[in-house]
Amino acid sequence: MITADNWTPDQPIVALHDVHKSFGENEVLKGIDLEVMKGEVICIIGPSGSGKSTLIRTINGLTPVTRGSVKVEGQEVHDPDLDKLALRRKVGIVFQQYNLFPHKTVLQNVMMAPVLVLRENKDEVRERARSLLAKVQLNGKEEAYPAELSGGQQQRVAIARSLCMRPDVMLFDEVTAALDPETVKEVLVAIKQLAGEGMTCVLVTHEMGFAREISDRVYFTDAGRIVESGPPAQIFETPKDPRTQEFLSKVL
Amino acid sequence: MTDFTLNRLTWRAPLLTAAICVASTVAALAQQTTEDPVSALGTLVIWIPFILKGFWLNFVMSVLAMAFATVTGVLLGFMQISPNAVIRMPAKLVTHLFRNSPWLVILFAIMFLVPFQITLPGGDKILIPDWVKATVGFALPVMANISEILRGAVMSIPSGQWESAESLAFSRRQTLIYIILPQCVRRMIPPWMNWYALLTLMTPMAAILGVNEALGNTQAAMEAAGARPEFLIPFYLFLMTLFFIFIYPLSIYTRRLERRFAAGS
Ligand SMILES: Nc1ncnc2c1ncn2[C@@H]1O[C@H](COP(=O)(O)OP(=O)(O)O)[C@@H](O)[C@H]1O
Ligand SMILES: [Mg+2]
Repeated sequence: MITADNWTPDQPIVALHDVHKSFGENEVLKGIDLEVMKGEVICIIGPSGSGKSTLIRTINGLTPVTRGSVKVEGQEVHDPDLDKLALRRKVGIVFQQYNLFPHKTVLQNVMMAPVLVLRENKDEVRERARSLLAKVQLNGKEEAYPAELSGGQQQRVAIARSLCMRPDVMLFDEVTAALDPETVKEVLVAIKQLAGEGMTCVLVTHEMGFAREISDRVYFTDAGRIVESGPPAQIFETPKDPRTQEFLSKVL
Repeated sequence: MTDFTLNRLTWRAPLLTAAICVASTVAALAQQTTEDPVSALGTLVIWIPFILKGFWLNFVMSVLAMAFATVTGVLLGFMQISPNAVIRMPAKLVTHLFRNSPWLVILFAIMFLVPFQITLPGGDKILIPDWVKATVGFALPVMANISEILRGAVMSIPSGQWESAESLAFSRRQTLIYIILPQCVRRMIPPWMNWYALLTLMTPMAAILGVNEALGNTQAAMEAAGARPEFLIPFYLFLMTLFFIFIYPLSIYTRRLERRFAAGS
């Protein structure tokens, strides 16, 4: 069995096995199996309410599972004795609603966690934060407050904030769904660049063109199950399952 | 346009008060009979320093009570949002008990339940002056309300703030200190100031218990000057004006903050 102690980078960096999740009577995840290798980019697509957000949030332990196993680098995420801090620095997440800290400037938003939680040297963190902000095209916005930025800019700050923890895996939950169409592209460009640099990415997205272009594998979920998965060309061109066919005929 | 109406609203009330003051003075002067040695107004002027001295105690009680209420209220508020029921339940009980009791009942309870002196283990005795007990009595209901204000402010922060903090490895404590509370302070200042104004206006209740604050001293002054009926209007009006001058600018400022915060968010 793979554990945190014998995990090696050629084994799945994220591995979900038979994951079930219920909210009361409502079973939202009904046995999910999913593996992501280091450097892979996978996209999860599917109708709304099918459990995509719930699924992605089990990976960093935000949503506890009812049954099954979620492992990140061999470490069981839902082990009660888990060092949550160690997990959270390995897995970054970006949400649909950005969730920036409104009382802090852009630079402070990015620097806060490494300085306060990881207790890293402030000057080093500042250097890193500035270069991450430059990377997501936000030079000159360091001293702005979130409310002064557009949605696309805020979302790029959220990406930089997450990256400043130097995670091994990045999770993106419909990060462009709340954005104006003209700012969607700048966020997708930032994610694409990140993927190109070899970051392991798990994305939930409604941008089918982007999913097709960027992902190594696509998972289609419906009603709490993974119905079908495969390379993007296969999923988008020759979907096997009628539910996938129906969904794609609606969104494409 | 709005500014203009606002300014008029702002100035109308004090002008009205001033007008009543002048009118009552005139009335008092008119009542004056020739055989009166000193006019009612003249008597008031003589006693003003004594009344002001009492008012100083109202001020001291209000500030101390507010400080005490803020510290304990914030603590209680934190306890109210604790995930641990053993901490949360007693805090809820205390908060709701003091929020829903009449102030005067709390004041009497404190006055008569707390001994007038305590004996230290060494044998020394410390006297607890009545005004200190009254201060505690005023602080308790305000404490309970501040506890609720804190709880409400924390609840009003969107859950996304907690989630992103948790994802960035912040502990619950760190999230509260660095992310949630700083956002709460802004929301808490206007209601906090309202409670301070209310508290100050309640402090003359201490007169019932024999504390020599402004109301007690005003009554004592009228008594000492011969308890003539024509004293009533100028003396009480002076007392009301005193509180008014102190509280009114505060409430204007609070309203301004409220508007600014409403516009800012
Ligand atoms: N915290 C929660 N409590 C109760 N039900 C929830 C919660 N989060 C999600 N759900 C339910 O789980 C189902 C799947 O939601 P979600 O994972 O957000 O789907 P998706 O992201 O695919 O739209 C929905 O029916 C939703 O109502
Ligand atoms: Mg979702």
